[in-house]
Amino acid sequence: MTDRRSGAQVAEKPKTAFWNDRDVRAVLFQILIVLGVLAAGWYLVHNTLTNLESRKIATGFSFMEREAGFSIGESLVPYSAADTYARAIWAGIINTLVISVIGIFLATILGTVVGIARLSTNWLVARIASIYVEVLRNTPLLLQLFFWYALVSEALPGVREAIRIIPDYVFLSQKGLRIPHIVANDIHGWMFALFLGGFAATLFWRRAAAKHQEATGKLRPLFWPTVGFLFGPAALVWLFAGAPLELIKPVLRGFDFQGGGTFSPEMIALLVGLVTYTSTFIAENVRAGILSVSKGQWEAARALGLPNNRSLRLIILPQALRVIIPPMTSQYLNLTKNSSLAVAIGYPDLVSILNTTINQTGQGIEGVALIMAAYLTVSLSISGFMNWYNKRIALVER
Amino acid sequence: MSKMTFTFVNVLAAGAVALLAAGAAQAQGAGTLAAVKQRGAVNCGVNTSLPGFSSPDAQGNWTGMDVDTCKAIAASVLGDAKKVKYFPLNAQQRFAALQSGEIDLLARNTTWTQTRDTSLGLNFAPVTFFDGQGFMVSKKLGVKSAKELNGATVCVQPGTTTELNLADYFRANKMDFKPVVIQELSEVEAAFFAGRCDAYTTDSSGLASTRAARAANADDYVILPELISKEPLAPAVRQGDDEWYNIVFWTVTALVEAEELGITSKNADDMKKSDNPAVKRFLGVTPGMGKNLNLAEDWAYNAVKAVGNYGEVFERNVGKATPLKLDRGVNALWTKGGLQYAMPVR
Amino acid sequence: MTVQTTSAPIEKPPVTEVGAIGWLRANLFNSKSNSVLTIVCFAFIVYVIQAVVPWAFLNAVWTGTPKDCQAPGAGACWAVIGEKNRFTLFGRYTYDEQWRPALAIGLFLLLVGASCIRRLWGKALIWAWVGQVFMWAILMWGGVLGLTFVNHEQWGGLPLTLMMSVVAIVVAYPIGIVLALGRRSDMPAARGLCVAYIELIRGVPLISVLFMASVMIPLFFPEGVSVDKLLRAQIGFTLFLSAYLAEVVRAGLQAIPKGQYEAADALGLGYWAKMRLIVLPQALRLVIPPMVNSFISTFKDTSLVIIIGLVDLLNAGKIAVNDPPWRSFYVEMYIYIALIYFAFCFTMSKFSQRLERDLSKATSR
Repeated sequence: MTDRRSGAQVAEKPKTAFWNDRDVRAVLFQILIVLGVLAAGWYLVHNTLTNLESRKIATGFSFMEREAGFSIGESLVPYSAADTYARAIWAGIINTLVISVIGIFLATILGTVVGIARLSTNWLVARIASIYVEVLRNTPLLLQLFFWYALVSEALPGVREAIRIIPDYVFLSQKGLRIPHIVANDIHGWMFALFLGGFAATLFWRRAAAKHQEATGKLRPLFWPTVGFLFGPAALVWLFAGAPLELIKPVLRGFDFQGGGTFSPEMIALLVGLVTYTSTFIAENVRAGILSVSKGQWEAARALGLPNNRSLRLIILPQALRVIIPPMTSQYLNLTKNSSLAVAIGYPDLVSILNTTINQTGQGIEGVALIMAAYLTVSLSISGFMNWYNKRIALVER
Repeated sequence: MSKMTFTFVNVLAAGAVALLAAGAAQAQGAGTLAAVKQRGAVNCGVNTSLPGFSSPDAQGNWTGMDVDTCKAIAASVLGDAKKVKYFPLNAQQRFAALQSGEIDLLARNTTWTQTRDTSLGLNFAPVTFFDGQGFMVSKKLGVKSAKELNGATVCVQPGTTTELNLADYFRANKMDFKPVVIQELSEVEAAFFAGRCDAYTTDSSGLASTRAARAANADDYVILPELISKEPLAPAVRQGDDEWYNIVFWTVTALVEAEELGITSKNADDMKKSDNPAVKRFLGVTPGMGKNLNLAEDWAYNAVKAVGNYGEVFERNVGKATPLKLDRGVNALWTKGGLQYAMPVR
Repeated sequence: MTVQTTSAPIEKPPVTEVGAIGWLRANLFNSKSNSVLTIVCFAFIVYVIQAVVPWAFLNAVWTGTPKDCQAPGAGACWAVIGEKNRFTLFGRYTYDEQWRPALAIGLFLLLVGASCIRRLWGKALIWAWVGQVFMWAILMWGGVLGLTFVNHEQWGGLPLTLMMSVVAIVVAYPIGIVLALGRRSDMPAARGLCVAYIELIRGVPLISVLFMASVMIPLFFPEGVSVDKLLRAQIGFTLFLSAYLAEVVRAGLQAIPKGQYEAADALGLGYWAKMRLIVLPQALRLVIPPMVNSFISTFKDTSLVIIIGLVDLLNAGKIAVNDPPWRSFYVEMYIYIALIYFAFCFTMSKFSQRLERDLSKATSR
């Protein structure tokens, strides 16, 4: 009730009846609200408990320890029908995270490209980008998912007529994209170690280059040394060791290819749908961010003799990022939440698995609570991380 | 100022009340029977679309075996088979709808299992259709037996006993499979016919229904001989209302009893003149049976008159003359080697 | 020394700088890399056109049977739209009465059109909307004025989609304002509750809110009270949207300069008077464009009701095209539905952009 920011506190309070006192009324009002919410909550909980009791519906999370009994189409976690519900749900969480992480990564790249394309001085490029954005963001995501799924499952050939993207190694069919597995070799471990070492060396080189530039004003090359440090030693070791690379080829046997890894049609459709849809929103954020940088910055960069791509990278993007990051967070969150639409096209994400669990156990409340808890955790982590990043790149005002 | 406070609270309260009142249809009093009579209609939960069991045409008229169960109950309780309100439900919603009292009766090709009978708080009436889960595959694959399905991709709907039986069967036979689990029936069927899956599994009646109604060319698909489970499909009601349960139980029984007694929708009127005491009791010529159920004495007559006896219901919806072309098989009367056996109406 | 007494003849600008060629040079070929890009894009467009035009137009089957569509060389089967149009648009609504939802949509579009003209903004428009609600109820349900009664379980297609989104935004709007005020309030209890609600709802997917509405609402009420499926979905949407609207309104509240609050205090206005007379009118004006955007998302999100089994526009289209003879023409049906959604969303988003420009002009006098 009170607005203390008004701060018109008079030194001497005028005498009023206590029920007209602002502070007293604020307290009373809050007590009323809390009581009201508690009463409503109690009413609902009481009804629910009574109903559960009278309808003889089991409650509690003890079902998590029971055998799930259903299979999951694809899972990074080893899982079989003999495992518990808890493990099935865990597999679902991992699947959701996989889709979200890959989706966020691809959508960011695609969105940034499209956003920059919309601002291109090339009329044709800008037009194509804006048609892309308008079409995708003005139709429901679910419709797009159905469309992609139908396209993937109806337009692709059967396994026997699979498209050989790389003959003998990569196949695309109604049953998904099949890729070979790499057989692990000792050398690979060494290569990875060298790659990490190269990463450290790169950081060192970049820092030294920056210092050198500040001291002398001269640029040192960055791109090729980076590539060299990262991949050079690893590649050399690999070549000296006789280039050991053993691939398990997918082989058509029985109903499907055996061996190698798969991206299922459900996953492909879901990823394509989520990435293209979200990229339009990211593109708009990127565009708005770039437009928010004043024209003078471009002109100043040009006056310094920087070419277009360098002024974009060194001058404009760092400033635009401050505008881009906050709305980007909510797009990342949206993508993660939208991945729950997987249930419509059969990708076994968290919601899809809990949906099955709810059906099998009849315990809807627990199921919905688990869905909400899992997404809240993910959402809060993403927004926490993005807030931290946002603070890091925020303008430090002098 | 204090006025303001109360206005605000009032607004909140009024809003809450309005929200509740708007859709909360205050209905049932004590028992389901009283509620049905007061409403003048039976609220019946059915499948969204499963030709042969329950499916609506473009005008919204429902037909099918489960629909006939609803109609028979409306006829025996209200004397009019048209007094049914249909609630199309998907697998996930069906039990919640029954538990919450939204529907009086669930006639949605639901398998009678111990878990559902106990932990979901349901009571099942006699089985209207003895079914078993099977597989359908494309003829092109050349598969002759479910045992040959090792490594296959199988389309299945979630939230059903089907999904569990499928996993059990492959585990028991030490075979592998990949499930494609899609909730929407139309979507899962589309995925199968598109070739996304090698096999589609559900109750064999459902397979026949799907093949008849949805395949571009029904002859391209074959239903494998193995039945991997028992699926007794039965109507269900809530526990704790014995009066209503009795009505549903005995109305379903009455249709089978009518077939045993040779009463059909066509000859029901003539049969009233029969000397057979069992027929007289059944049709209410000798009073008593209706009173036991708190119904009118012509309850069974109305039910049979409206939908026919069990044999008629079967033949009309799923029998040889329909696209499903199902045999009576285990659903024949016990006197003919089947399992349909009516508890005596006496 | 000669003096030029006549002005030099006016030279035409070089052809490379003006006209079509100039435009081309400035916009398509202004640098080497751009020229390459242009050529690539042009090739892409040509490819798309030669792939799509014969299919969508030249070889398309506009009317006829599935047989005609399956004929060799036949392109898109638009006949499926003609055949299934009424089911897609109106779902299972009683066939002979479908002029009623059609009329209702017509009225709705008319009023939306009127609402886009800022000159007409005023009391009359609000009353027209209130009248519209009653017209919809009468037309859709019937049961009066000699119209036969049509149960809302039979509603479907476009009217259902429109109705769910409009009702959601109308009901969620006041709730959103209350939540936003609560979040900005000085009272810790009120603020805490509002923040908890807003963040909880915004942190979870819409689908889980719909699940909750569909699975849990039946358990919330005592025996005998039942809430039907449509209303449950509606409650779910409203709860969901109100949290998002709260954030939209909060942004508006934050944009009001502190001076306005202080001026209201100086006038001795109480909290509610201050909000009602000074702050909200300004804040709500500011947030009209983002509200339109929220409406667009809700309009698209209503398609999720397919998951709890309601027959909205998308679901009706899917059911329609599930008819075996027409099954293979799902792409045409999806395109048709996408076009309907696009027409609505695109118009609304263009309107919101224009409004944003107008409003910012008005405020930055």
